[in-house]
Order: sequence, then C-alpha cells, then structure tokens
Amino acid sequence: MAEITMTQALNLAIDEAMAEDDGVFCLGEDVAAKQGGGVFKITSGLTEKYGENRIRATPISETAIIGAAVGAALAGQRPIAEIMLMNFVGVCMDQIVNHAAKLRFMSGGQTPCPIVIRTTTGVGVGFGGQHSDMLEAWFAHVAGMHVVTPSNAADARGLMRSAIDANDPVVFIENILCYGLTSEDPGPGYRVPLGKAAVAKEGTDISLITYGRTVLDALEVAGELEKEGISVEVIDLRTIAPYDEATVLASVNKTGRALTLHEAVRPFGTGAEIAANIQEKCWDKLKGPVRRIGGTFSAVPFATHLEQAWIPQKSDIVNQIKVSVGKA
Amino acid sequence: MAEIERDKLLDIYTRTMKVNRTDEKFRELLMQGKVAVMYYCVRGQELVSAAAMAALEKDDYVVCTYRGQGEQTAKGIPIEKWWGECLGKATGTCKGKGGTMHITDPDTGIMVTTGVVGSGLPIANGLAMASQNNGDGRVTLVSFGDGAANIGGFHEAMNMAQLYKLPVIFLCQNNRYGEHTAYADHTDSPDISSRAAGYGMKGIKVDGNDVNQIYPAMEEAVVHARSGKGPVLVEAMCYRMMGHFFGSDFSYMPPEHLEEMQREDPLPKLRAVMLERQFTEEELDKIVADIDAEIDAAVQHALDAPLPDTDEIYKDVLEETA
Repeated sequence: MAEITMTQALNLAIDEAMAEDDGVFCLGEDVAAKQGGGVFKITSGLTEKYGENRIRATPISETAIIGAAVGAALAGQRPIAEIMLMNFVGVCMDQIVNHAAKLRFMSGGQTPCPIVIRTTTGVGVGFGGQHSDMLEAWFAHVAGMHVVTPSNAADARGLMRSAIDANDPVVFIENILCYGLTSEDPGPGYRVPLGKAAVAKEGTDISLITYGRTVLDALEVAGELEKEGISVEVIDLRTIAPYDEATVLASVNKTGRALTLHEAVRPFGTGAEIAANIQEKCWDKLKGPVRRIGGTFSAVPFATHLEQAWIPQKSDIVNQIKVSVGKA
Repeated sequence: MAEIERDKLLDIYTRTMKVNRTDEKFRELLMQGKVAVMYYCVRGQELVSAAAMAALEKDDYVVCTYRGQGEQTAKGIPIEKWWGECLGKATGTCKGKGGTMHITDPDTGIMVTTGVVGSGLPIANGLAMASQNNGDGRVTLVSFGDGAANIGGFHEAMNMAQLYKLPVIFLCQNNRYGEHTAYADHTDSPDISSRAAGYGMKGIKVDGNDVNQIYPAMEEAVVHARSGKGPVLVEAMCYRMMGHFFGSDFSYMPPEHLEEMQREDPLPKLRAVMLERQFTEEELDKIVADIDAEIDAAVQHALDAPLPDTDEIYKDVLEETA
C-alpha cells in the first residue's frame, strides 16, 4: 500500500469529509487556492473541488475566524478553522474558551459547537518565541473541548476524521516537524477514535507517557534502552484531553513506574496532571515517584544551539528512566 | 417615508410592552427580595428591541448580550421558560445552567446571549455564513451597545462581514453608557455608525425613541441584508435609564441628563403615535393587561418550578456527558 505524509493525510481526511458532508467547510488565513492552499499546504487542491465558500480565505482576524466557526456550528455546519500558528490563539481565546467550549453547557445542551480548530506549532525550526509554543495545557484546563495531536501520518488521517465527526470543539495540534513523516496510508474512511491512546511500544519496566513529536524521541530512546535491558512502554496519548486514563493507568499498574514527556514547558503542564492522577490511583503499585520532562521554562529562543538546548533532551529522557529503574 | 402599516404598528406596540412589562416585573421582584439574581435593566431601550425584532422573520437568527431581555422577549421566546431560566430553575430554557446572561432558545432564533461585551459580532457572522453557504435566506441580527464598538472583535467582525457580504445586521443600541463610563468618556467620534464607511459598509444612524424612525430603518437594514447586498450597521440612539445592572450605583449619570432623556422616553411617545393612528386607550390598556396576566402566570410557574438536579453540573459538558 502507498505511503503518505502527514500533510497528505490531513488533506485527504478533510477532502473526504467535505465530499461526504456539504456542511463541512474550511476557513482561515491563506487557505484558498489563490493564496496557495495554506502556508503548510494542508488545504491544497480543495478550493478547486469545493469552491471559495467552502475554502474561505480570511483576513488576519483570529477572533473573527473562530467567532465565524462558532456561529456556523450553531447553525448546524461543521467548520474547520485554521489558526495558522498556535501562539495566535492568544488573539481569540475568548471565542474558544468562553464561547466554543461553553455553549453546549450554558445552553443546557441545546447548542453544541462542533468545530475543529487546526493549528500548527513546534520547536526546532527557528521560529523564536511567538511561533513555536505548545499550548495544549491552556485548552486541557477548559471543560467542554477535546485536545488532539497526532504523532504519525496514519493517526493524523484517522484523528482528523474523528475530529470532524465530533459534536464538540476539537483543538487539533499539528507539529511542523511532523508534516513530512510518512506512514502506510490507512485508506479512505479511516478513523482513530478520540480519547483513545495507543501503546506505541510495549514494555515492562516503565511507562513513558507522551504525545505528538516527542513520541519519536520516546521510541528512539526506548529502542536504545532495550539493548541495555531496560524495557520501556511508550504510550502515545493522541488525545491529550480528555485523555485515555484507562490505558495510562493499566500501563503504570503493570510497570510500576512512570515518566511523562512533552515539548511544552514543564511547570503546570499536562504531565503534572497525569503524574498527579497516577500517584492518586496507582499508589500501591508505584515503585518510585512519577517523573516529568518538559521544555525549559522560558520563551523559545531563536539561535539554533539555544533552541536545541531548550527542547527536552533525549539524554535527559535516558537519565530519568535510568534513575527511575535504579540503573543510573 | 411611508407610514407603518397599522397591523405592524400594533405588533411593534405589543412587543414593546412585553419588553417593558417584563422589565418592570423583574425590578419589582428584585425590590421585593423575591428573587436575587443579576439583571441588566432595559428601561429606555424597549422600542429599539421591539422594532428590530418586528422587522425580522420568525426563523431569523439573533445574537444578543446580557442586556438582551428586549430581544429575547420581543422575538417571542416562551416566557415560562424565560422566567424559569432567569430564576435558575430546571424548567428554564437552559435548565438553569445559563441564567440571565446566557439565555438560549434556538426555536425562536435566540442562538447566543453572551456575557462578554462585543463577542456576539464574530459569532453572528458565522450564523450568517452558514445561511450564505446553504442558501436558507435567513438574516442574523446581533445587538450590542456603544461600549462594544471599542473592542477588537467589533473591527474584525465588521471587516469580515463586509468582505463576504454576509447577511448580518449589526444593531448598536447606543444607550450612552459603556458599563459606568459615559459615551464621551470612551469615544471621541460623534457616532458609531460613521465607522461603517471605513469598512465599505452601509451605516444608518437613527432615533431609537421614535417608532416612525426606528422601524423603517430596521426594515431597510433587513431588506438590504437579505437581498445579498451585505451587512448593515444600524446605530439606534436611545438611553439606558437605569444603572448598568439592577442595584448598581448610577450616581455617575447626571440627573439633568436623565431628566432630559426622560422627555425622550420611547413609551409615552409610542403611546401618542398609537392614539394618533386611531387605536383606543382601551385597546392599548387591554394589550398591557393581557401581557401582565401572562407574565404573572409565568413568574408564578417559575417560582414554583423545581431546581435543577445537582448532577446537572456533570451534564452537557461534552456529547458523551449529555
């Protein structure tokens, strides 16, 4: 079967959802054919098929973009709104948090808000302090929405279809460095359910819980440590919130040790929530403290060596695992 | 300008009095201590809401604010459910989970009531975008105050609406105050409506206290938006005769200005127009009496209604928790 990149996977998922349902449409800055189909080409070729009403290139107006998505969703459509880079959510948090996430609840269930907010980010491409942050914890802290991020192309295709199907807002985070990753194409109609983690690698000594780009680091480290006799189980959350607690707890109950890993800064990150939950629910199975790795607690720096030093280091993942299993 | 048809005038009068009697009743209940909730009075703005709603069709969409009682009741929201919601009861439009600031009733087109100043405008664009996408012929009206004209979302929404020629009516009820701050202390330009030109949009400034001005203006705006010509910004001049919310200090409102504006009170002016147009005192009184009876029954129903179950706090968070 053919291989596809994550870029192609996302494009295919959106394309087939638009073909099946006239209510699905995209809006965002530069997304239409005239502008080249999006800065990362995710909506490339779709204007030609579905027209400019369904691939709406917008002004640089994040509040208006998300507001429009919210309104259209209330009227029964399924908008896919693109916020070009994740830091720009700062411009439209009111629409996302006070409106999209809360309208189902505040209306007593009358007005669900099925929107997908696609957004891109990632450390390691030299974009500096305002174009690189992973801000998933901001949204994970808000009731009424799903937060999703794929670590491979096949999951990207399946998670995007499920995000478009969902009857609630979904923040869909794409990591710039993952767009070129390839998978075997899972084919049309493929879905990965929201709220379901994947055991990316089975292991017995420690559970390494992560998502997005750092799944790649986790798998690489797990492969190396296997040679040293340390068996690491890698959990790819895929849905960050609400996350698959059952899979995480089952893994930790088996291994007795846990390490959380994310690119986002460590303090008050999603890893802290997951670690606290593990300590409450797996206490009698734990052989040691749950440890956390995250990005450095500063703005993402520009100079390449600074940026590389900012990111969670593979050597640190190795060290933390070795400390946890008593082989430091 | 053509005279408003008699039936339409009666319709506007009835809607206006619904808004006014609801407002009076709410303040009475608050004064008596029978209810203790946040309520944003609409005294002085009844006619603007009523004329705007009378210019819409039943299935047109409305987005309003915490001071949205006028749009909600004038659009025809079932008042038992409205009072139920305002009193936080299980029988409310939103099962008591939204409250006075978040009344929602899609059946009557009340799609969003926002508690955040200016946030309704971008959402109205989306409702209108859906209508444009699926060709259902609806228009969306979003109501907001002069204070909302100074938040970023106003600018973003106005530009986008005009760009796409969305069927939206932006109704700015210029009640001369943004919360506790007088118009002249938050805006230096003489009006809001002139901003429309900056977006290439049609703008209308109108006296919101005179039915013969406000209704034709609203009708014109609705016809324009529905015909596909794009959005309209209507600035209806009116006056908020009470404080920002019930019970709040309004010593900052100069008494001489209040007295001056009371001479412009839309209610006696509307009554005079009705009499001029050969409606009788008895007819008009009967309308008000019927409204009062309906409100009294709805209030009693709401007072007697059960509270929402405590486990409602876990429901309607996500579809899975519905």
